[in-house]
Amino acid sequence: MNNAAITLTSQPAIAKNRDLSILAMLVCIAIVAPLVIYPVFLMKVLCFALFALAFNLLIGYVGLLSFGHAMFFGGAAYISGHVVKVWGWSPELGILAGTVCAALLGLVTGVLAIRRQGIYFAMVTLALAQMVFFFCVQAPFTGGEDGIQAIPRRPILGLFDLSNDYAFYYVVLAIFTFGFLVIWRTIHSPFGQVLKAIRENEPRAISLGYRVEQYKLLAFVLSAALAGMAGATKAIVFQLASLTDVSWQMSGEVVLMTLVGGMGTVFGPIVGAGVIITMQNYLAGFGEWVLVIQGVIFVVVVLAFRKGIVGELQAWWQRRQNQKG
Amino acid sequence: MQFKYLAVSAAALLAAGSAQAQYSDGVIKIGVLNDQSGLYADVSGPGGTWAAKKAVEDYGAAAKGLKVEVVFADHQNKPDIGSNIARQWYDVDKVDVIVDVPTSSVALAINQITKEKNKVFLGSGPATADLTGPACSPNTIHWTYDTWALANGTGKAIVQTGGKTWFFLTADYAFGHALERDTKAVVEANGGKTLGAVRTPFPGTDFSSFLLQAQASKAQIIGLANAGGDTINSIKQAAEFGIVEGGQKLAGMLMFITDVHALGLKTAQGLNFTTAWYWDLNDNNRAFAKEFAAANGGKYPTMVHAGIYSSVIHYLKAVEALKSDADGAAVVAKMKSMPSEDKLFGKGTIREDGRHMHTMYLVEVKKPSESKAPWDYLTVKKEIPAEQAFRPLNEGGCPLVKKS
Amino acid sequence: MFELLGIPPQALFGQLLLGLINGAFYAMLSLGLAVIFGLLNVINFTHGAQYMMGAFAAWMLLEWAGVPYWGALVIAPIVVGAIGIAMERLFLRHLYHLDHLYGLLLTFGLALIIEGVFRKQFGSTGLPYANPLPGGTRLDFMFLPWYRAWIVAASLAICLGTWFMIERTKLGSYLRAATERPDLVQAFGINVPRMITLTYGFGVGLAALAGVLAAPAYNVNPLMGSNLIIIVFAVVVIGGMGSIMGAIVTGFALGIIEGLTKVFYPEASNTVIFIIMAIVLMLKPAGLFGTPK
Repeated sequence: MNNAAITLTSQPAIAKNRDLSILAMLVCIAIVAPLVIYPVFLMKVLCFALFALAFNLLIGYVGLLSFGHAMFFGGAAYISGHVVKVWGWSPELGILAGTVCAALLGLVTGVLAIRRQGIYFAMVTLALAQMVFFFCVQAPFTGGEDGIQAIPRRPILGLFDLSNDYAFYYVVLAIFTFGFLVIWRTIHSPFGQVLKAIRENEPRAISLGYRVEQYKLLAFVLSAALAGMAGATKAIVFQLASLTDVSWQMSGEVVLMTLVGGMGTVFGPIVGAGVIITMQNYLAGFGEWVLVIQGVIFVVVVLAFRKGIVGELQAWWQRRQNQKG
Repeated sequence: MQFKYLAVSAAALLAAGSAQAQYSDGVIKIGVLNDQSGLYADVSGPGGTWAAKKAVEDYGAAAKGLKVEVVFADHQNKPDIGSNIARQWYDVDKVDVIVDVPTSSVALAINQITKEKNKVFLGSGPATADLTGPACSPNTIHWTYDTWALANGTGKAIVQTGGKTWFFLTADYAFGHALERDTKAVVEANGGKTLGAVRTPFPGTDFSSFLLQAQASKAQIIGLANAGGDTINSIKQAAEFGIVEGGQKLAGMLMFITDVHALGLKTAQGLNFTTAWYWDLNDNNRAFAKEFAAANGGKYPTMVHAGIYSSVIHYLKAVEALKSDADGAAVVAKMKSMPSEDKLFGKGTIREDGRHMHTMYLVEVKKPSESKAPWDYLTVKKEIPAEQAFRPLNEGGCPLVKKS
Repeated sequence: MFELLGIPPQALFGQLLLGLINGAFYAMLSLGLAVIFGLLNVINFTHGAQYMMGAFAAWMLLEWAGVPYWGALVIAPIVVGAIGIAMERLFLRHLYHLDHLYGLLLTFGLALIIEGVFRKQFGSTGLPYANPLPGGTRLDFMFLPWYRAWIVAASLAICLGTWFMIERTKLGSYLRAATERPDLVQAFGINVPRMITLTYGFGVGLAALAGVLAAPAYNVNPLMGSNLIIIVFAVVVIGGMGSIMGAIVTGFALGIIEGLTKVFYPEASNTVIFIIMAIVLMLKPAGLFGTPK
């Protein structure tokens, strides 16, 4: 993985400023977007974008490929769905509960998985996720394959009426921006620098006196918590938590989003999530060809655009700058 | 991508002109939402879209001045994808009615959204009897079959012909559990006995181990409370392991004619199951099947396809009578107040809990020697009149039904 | 002693035997995966689709060309293996120098395409395939269909043959050397790329052969492979990625363990393999038979 990930530019300060201005631009676009685009669709994109960002934190900045991230996403969806529907909690508490549970689950699974690397790490996370899946099939509160349906959308913080899609959209946008800033802050903190050092050369990081496992574990828990936040939010948006969210196919989907967008880039996962979700929606009209078209896109991306959309753009930009300079 | 939909709707709007001002945005838009690519793609899938279009054509919508449009989408058997499409259809694309929706989990989600948006949901594909039970809604009609009717039709007939002791192979998910529960109740109510059950992970490939457990139970009947590939695999392997030769009988609780086709008559012969419709019952059905097969690569229609056709016809009738499709609950109320009649399902009625009432058929799979033509697979053993075929109104726990 | 577990010993023997039969499929499929991974360093996610193609090839041969089961057993793996070779030439060879992940994603995409095309062509419910060896024998504890006995025998023979070929013959030693130091082996005048291509074709042929074996026993449908692939992956990982013997032994052993789970806690029988995988990776990171790098 290490050599495949793309490091940002060598001038972190400039990159930082550039990232912030791009973010500001994105937020501006996002604020006006519901005027032209269906807000429920946008909310779905935001939830998956946050999920992909959380995943990218691990693969792009620590070099760990988790193939079980659906357990955090879907697990948190079930928790928030249950506390909101059955216990009557408010949505903000529901999302918080989902996030906290995902973090705890991340801590337990992280302790078990973090000592393995490469494909073995992926397989341990897959195995643990399958166990969570099994638990979700068997546990009575998850409602089997029907899932938890009709999760109510109560007013958030007792203020905003979430039954209105537009109002809810801005709440989701706020949650997403919060998640993004957490990740962005992490990447640019000293902690994030240590993570990158571990990705680039683990033995060296150890010899420099860093307790590598603790750093990895912390990153894993953070990633799990944010994935959980995305899942919990999605459960309330769609008023539904189902087995789809915890299945291994979902873990695969988030890999796909990150790959298409560009692994190890700040905005790649957002673009990837946007592209994949749009495709799923748009292709729904193609009926039986949906999966074939998805397969073709996979193949094309892997063969021709391995750095992902944002990664290729960055590389192109870099080339241009170099030519100029 | 919404732009395209918007553009299409806008174009449709213009085309419709001002003549049909009474219909919301001038067009009656029917959305066929089903599994186009997965496990149930043969049971409904692209054929379902064809059936809906055929119904619109046969109804003579254009001649009656109704502007009808049929759109379709693939829910991939995932409730979140299904509910996403449904919301978008209702909010953006101005779809007025969603039909079909196999897979119970997706159907329950659509049921709820349809109620929230006050549109119409005509369920031909889903199995769960909850749609007319605890989850019933003033905007939903459950058309073709349900778990209760299947369990009742097959279970009762078998117990009455001497199959007293049962063992269940149950797919370990809500649908399988419901099928087992309903069948058990019928078996026990008719003097039969359940000797045991085994929960099989879904989806499964190898059932021989479970079949051996069923064999060891010495039950006369092995009830297959599963569907699709699970049912096919269980039956195929039961034949291989000599279960049927050993004197035990299989009962498929949910089977479609496409499953029989996949098994081949040699393996499937002698199986009993319950169906709402069979293509070779009468001339109308045969004509429909012939046209269907010509348009769908030689595949024959299932009861779900026929149910889509029938439900769309009745919906159009109600909309025409009301001269409006705007208020979903009103359309459904109108549909409930009129008797239904079409060439495939004949005469029927719709109960206040949203159950479409029609005759069900207990069928047996033919021996290879009895089959004269392609897809000539079933003989009808018994007609089950509507009032016996479906769950009594007061037992479903539907909140719409007034307690008397 | 067996009664203590609430299961009569006879039933237990029956279940063990059934587990062994299922294990035969796991072993054959994971063997192909292990060969491909061991020699090409590619995680072949298309394996499930290739297994499915094997079963469909058997059906097509029977329906369209009148070739019976036994003929299909030979022809189908060759045909599907040839298709595999074409895929390797067209797509996979561009990825050898990259991380595993890309091979996995590419083959995953290819699997989606293949399954989609078959579904479009043949529908999703499946096709009938008659049992070429009907009947069976009544053992003390169960009825053993001839066909299942044949599956175990055939699979054992194929697995051991493959193992012998790779670990004990000269050709096998070239192959193994080529994966360690392709440049050196090339220097000795051996055409390494062609060897890799043929290896992939061989691994794919193994998958197709398993598919033909499965056709009379399981429902032949386009999704039959994707239901199985993730379990087979787990088998390979438990055995140790790239270890031929590991894949074979683990395949059979896990079949048996899964069979026992089907008696004691049937609901968990799809999950038990993952539990074992987690435990094994905790204790022996390189798998049971793998050598840590």
